Amino acid sequence: MIMEVEKIKGLKFAKKQDVAIVGAGMTTWKRRLNETGKELSYIAVKQALEEAGLTIDDVEMVVMGSAPDTFDGLHMKGEYLLDGSGGSDRPYMRVFVGGGTGVFAPIAGYWHVASGLADVCLVVCEEKMSSCYPHPQSGFKYIWDPILDRPLNPNLIWIFALEMRRYMHVNNIKHEDIALVSVKNKANALDHPCAQVAEKITVEDVLNSEPMALPVRRLDVSPPSDGAAALIMVAPHIARQLTDEPVWVDGVGWALDTTMWYNRDLYFPRYVAEAAKMAYKMAHITDPRKEIDVAEPYDPFDYKELHHMEGLGLARKGEAPILTREGVTARDGDLPTCPSGGLLGVGNPIAATMGVKACELYWQLAYRAGKRQVAKEVTTGVCQAWGDLMQVGTVMVMSNKR
Amino acid sequence: MRVAVVGVGYSGFNANTPDLSWKELMFEAAVRAYEDAGINPRRDVDSFITCAEDIWEGFAIFDEFVPDQLGAVLKPTCTICGDFIYGLATAYMHIKSGLADIAVVEAHSKASDILTFGGAIKFAMDPVWLRQIGNAHPYYFAALEMSQYVNECCIDEEQVASVVVKNKNNARLNPSAPYSGRIGVEDVLNSPMVFDPLRKIEIAPRADGAIVFVLASDEIAKELTDLPVWLKGVGWWSETSNYDTMSFNALYAAKAAKMAYKMAGITNAAKEIDFAEVDDRFAFKEIQHIEALELSKRFETATLMAEGYFDRSGEIPVNVSGGNLGIGNLLEATGGQKSLEVVLQLRGQAGKRQLSKAETGVAQAWRYIPTASGAVAVFGV
Repeated sequence: MIMEVEKIKGLKFAKKQDVAIVGAGMTTWKRRLNETGKELSYIAVKQALEEAGLTIDDVEMVVMGSAPDTFDGLHMKGEYLLDGSGGSDRPYMRVFVGGGTGVFAPIAGYWHVASGLADVCLVVCEEKMSSCYPHPQSGFKYIWDPILDRPLNPNLIWIFALEMRRYMHVNNIKHEDIALVSVKNKANALDHPCAQVAEKITVEDVLNSEPMALPVRRLDVSPPSDGAAALIMVAPHIARQLTDEPVWVDGVGWALDTTMWYNRDLYFPRYVAEAAKMAYKMAHITDPRKEIDVAEPYDPFDYKELHHMEGLGLARKGEAPILTREGVTARDGDLPTCPSGGLLGVGNPIAATMGVKACELYWQLAYRAGKRQVAKEVTTGVCQAWGDLMQVGTVMVMSNKR
Repeated sequence: MRVAVVGVGYSGFNANTPDLSWKELMFEAAVRAYEDAGINPRRDVDSFITCAEDIWEGFAIFDEFVPDQLGAVLKPTCTICGDFIYGLATAYMHIKSGLADIAVVEAHSKASDILTFGGAIKFAMDPVWLRQIGNAHPYYFAALEMSQYVNECCIDEEQVASVVVKNKNNARLNPSAPYSGRIGVEDVLNSPMVFDPLRKIEIAPRADGAIVFVLASDEIAKELTDLPVWLKGVGWWSETSNYDTMSFNALYAAKAAKMAYKMAGITNAAKEIDFAEVDDRFAFKEIQHIEALELSKRFETATLMAEGYFDRSGEIPVNVSGGNLGIGNLLEATGGQKSLEVVLQLRGQAGKRQLSKAETGVAQAWRYIPTASGAVAVFGV
């Protein structure tokens, strides 16, 4: 007989210690880079260590984030990237939630430190999509259910076209409103030294660009990229030795929805809402629209930024395009969103997008974002990533106040 | 705060499983674990962890296919690219960091679906330095390592053979060990030398199965069960990325054990550990791993092995389940089978193979060729 536990315990957050971020680094992002994945990881790690004022000998544990093995044609890619990322001769673990890995890897870094197992944890994310020939999309052939999906010979662009269409239909949104996101992010990216596709464009350029799978057009989509990013997460007593202004991780959350994507109403990302709920609860945030100063939602497609803002509770359902049109999400607006330039402007090396999500949020909150620094005063921010079959949401809330 | 194993479930282990898909294997093991723990996954579990590698599964993003059969839809669920014991370590950290009160760890093997096993391993090798070397099956890397190791430690063929004899005979008491056998040393020595000095019978054949553990913080564990098994320590370690730079003496296991023992407060492993389940996917690896776990001294282990020190009735029984040589190579679920056996022994539920003294046990797994990474877990009651 099953003995049932009466009460639902919920999450307690009795962590062993707080977690601070003290350094970040990223490589330039390009369609094809000459460096191997190991070399890219090395460059990003070196930058992050320099920013934190640490050496690799200070690092106790390493977390690796890298998306499909199919891109590189490598089995156990984590093991391959081991020595480039500084994982040799220490505990090293690779976590994987598809495209959501970009924010999930720092979440894994968080639990390495918060549990007290490590005082200094290095988080590295690497992606080399260009090894996949002729195009990384061919790697995505193997992400489908082999019985139900694969015979339809689907590709990612057209399932996102379905999602975009549904989002536009339910909320009565025009493509012009969505295109504004692409215009904003590509312009923001002009200030990012690592950017791959930064440019000054107009809404007309987006609407007249080459159709991919309507309503998705070329300029609605982020490009495939090679790149890496790294982040250093430490315990409070280490953070105090290194800096007067560390950025603290206030909340983390993640949720994975069912594999059967065709059973869901695609207009709203429930997985992001669930993940955000967990992270906000932990960070004691009750009204995200008021309490969040800067946001880095995942924007591989322009409609996705809007979709995710609604999932994160930064806008009501259908309200995100209005906020965008009114300039609220601009870098000098009231809720700067993707001030880095995001995936649309800087590039989309799947897991390594940590560089424009978690790393960018850290730089913004530490006032180290240079030309990209948002106009308003910031204390709390949120970053988010998304992946798998439109299925996983990963959310992290950071703050520069303690 | 301590972390306990409050429920275990498994499906298998079989040489092949034509009647069940990998999803059904996972479901079967998960349902048994939830029944064992007395929980409802949709309501009570805070975190689900699956241990899987894409290319073993034949998918580009395996994480997608995890939630439904575990009851994990719209819950915190993730994949760890590592052995089951890496998953245990993750669950341990989730509970210690307050992210979860109850965490579930799953790993499975559907090795019978893999048509080109050697080809898959080859894809794990450095594409520039290693993958191009010859056309041989990657088992030859294990043979190279064995050759170096047996020469360095003066181990003879009979001593390596005694590992196979012990494990295959142990497996005869295990109803879920498909590769058990009543064999002697001469049977092993008659087995063909397929990768000199590695004999065919010294290589664990592949098997299918799934393992699910439910872990909880001590407060919850006391509500759920009278038989909590404590996860006292866990360690994982990576030495280097490939065969060309590794030490060939299981440094990864030694360092992981050091970490786990420190956490568990074990200072003299040979005295404090009652029994062990170690990775024996190649027979010589068992000797190497026993040394790394400090259960016996270097250069003595093989002699002790042949003398029966690690037998069921010996001083420190090793692989009483039959090990991988008796049960099969379970890929990333290998550490799961090891941990499962330790937990069953500690609970006194190991049936005919129950040991008389079982208070502290250790489980160890390696990430298989061509890696130098592995993990160790210490359990106690």
